[in-house]
Amino acid sequence: MSSFRMTESRLEPAAAAVDVTLPAGQGWTQELAPGDIFRIVDLEGNQAVDTLFFNGRDIDERYSATETIRAQGNIYLTTGTRLMSSEGRPLLTIVADTCGRHDTVGGACSAESNQVRYALDKQHMHNCRDSFLLALARYGHGMGKRDLPNNINFFMNVPVTPGGELTFADGVSGPGRYVEMRAERDVLVLISNCPQLNNPCNAYNPTPVRLLVWPKV
Amino acid sequence: MTSNESLWHDTLRGGQAWSRRLARHQRLRLRDVEGRACVSALFYNARDPIERYNMPDTLKAQFTAFLTAGRVLYSDMGRILCSIVADDCGWHDTISGIGGADASRARFGEGSYQALRNDFHRNGRDNLLVELGKHGLGKRDVVSNVNFFVGVTVDETGALAWRPGNSRPGASVELRFEMDTLVVLSNTPHPLDPGSTYQPPPVELSIGTGPPAAEDDRCRLSRPENGRGFQLTEAYAAEMAGVR
Repeated sequence: MSSFRMTESRLEPAAAAVDVTLPAGQGWTQELAPGDIFRIVDLEGNQAVDTLFFNGRDIDERYSATETIRAQGNIYLTTGTRLMSSEGRPLLTIVADTCGRHDTVGGACSAESNQVRYALDKQHMHNCRDSFLLALARYGHGMGKRDLPNNINFFMNVPVTPGGELTFADGVSGPGRYVEMRAERDVLVLISNCPQLNNPCNAYNPTPVRLLVWPKV
Repeated sequence: MTSNESLWHDTLRGGQAWSRRLARHQRLRLRDVEGRACVSALFYNARDPIERYNMPDTLKAQFTAFLTAGRVLYSDMGRILCSIVADDCGWHDTISGIGGADASRARFGEGSYQALRNDFHRNGRDNLLVELGKHGLGKRDVVSNVNFFVGVTVDETGALAWRPGNSRPGASVELRFEMDTLVVLSNTPHPLDPGSTYQPPPVELSIGTGPPAAEDDRCRLSRPENGRGFQLTEAYAAEMAGVR
């Protein structure tokens, strides 16, 4: 497996059933049916998109970073990666990727982790955990903080060295790059378009992303 | 044990699950008697288990992909559940998760209770669900876990590799709790362990008391992030003392 593998999609945005632009700092939920294709476009480049998936028929089954890592024997996500659930079953499969590498070790920023990582006076800053919580509160169905396991950071680069060091490297994405995945079952998508300003995960300039869904043909 | 007083000790049989609340400043030592154990662990705030171990926050704050002495385990609320005050292994995994019934059956065969009685093949996920159920918790509470005594490395391409000989007979790791913590353990084979027979070895557990983290504590000083983590944890202890 090479470190960066690019795969393009033939789907036309004009044919998408959902086509929205999500500004930085906002959350979003979307239900997918089996076979639907979901694409995230990094419109301006180097934007981290914190993402979780749930089995749409049983939200107790949800995305698992460790199951996904172990299932493919690799920590980086790209074309061919099956995004695995906490029950060890695929929720979605990445079918196209023009970025080539996505993170699932770095998690989501929060007011509390910003205090630890940067300074105690950072608690006021907007963060992904808050966007997740608000999006889940609006979605309802009793979902809340217990439904925030470790997420995917699309377009984010968090290399781990053979010695076990973890670093936040400059982004590997660029304007217009995208990642596309096929739902393998009913799926609930939860996104926070990351507002982090304390590290280079968004190149210190959080920007909008475009979210598209094509129904199964 | 670097603690002052031993309160309790027991042996976890191979395949056994376990849970217990540890009080702030108590210590838990795990000892790998035979040198090839995997103890999968989850940690929750004992008073408010919606707060729990957070793998990414733990790794990000300490710029590491593994755990060893001098490092701490963070909750999702920016607080330190426990510190690793002693470690003979040098590497404990937290990125490669636990196995379930399907993986166990594929590797080791059926291993049913009907056939094997209490030597049946318990698996990590089911063990954690059983223990979590005793505390009103369940599937929603199974987050990325720690695998004590297990080493899994990552190469330049991101590929995982099992670290042979990561532990050895008699190796131990000792935790000092910084919050009142519910600890849930499963002594079951790691799914990446190349061993082909179901033989999880025994693990000895010792609980004791000891001094709190001093101003010059290794875990507190190992990263400026940890200094802030201890400050937030000590503020929470004061908060909870006020509402007792």
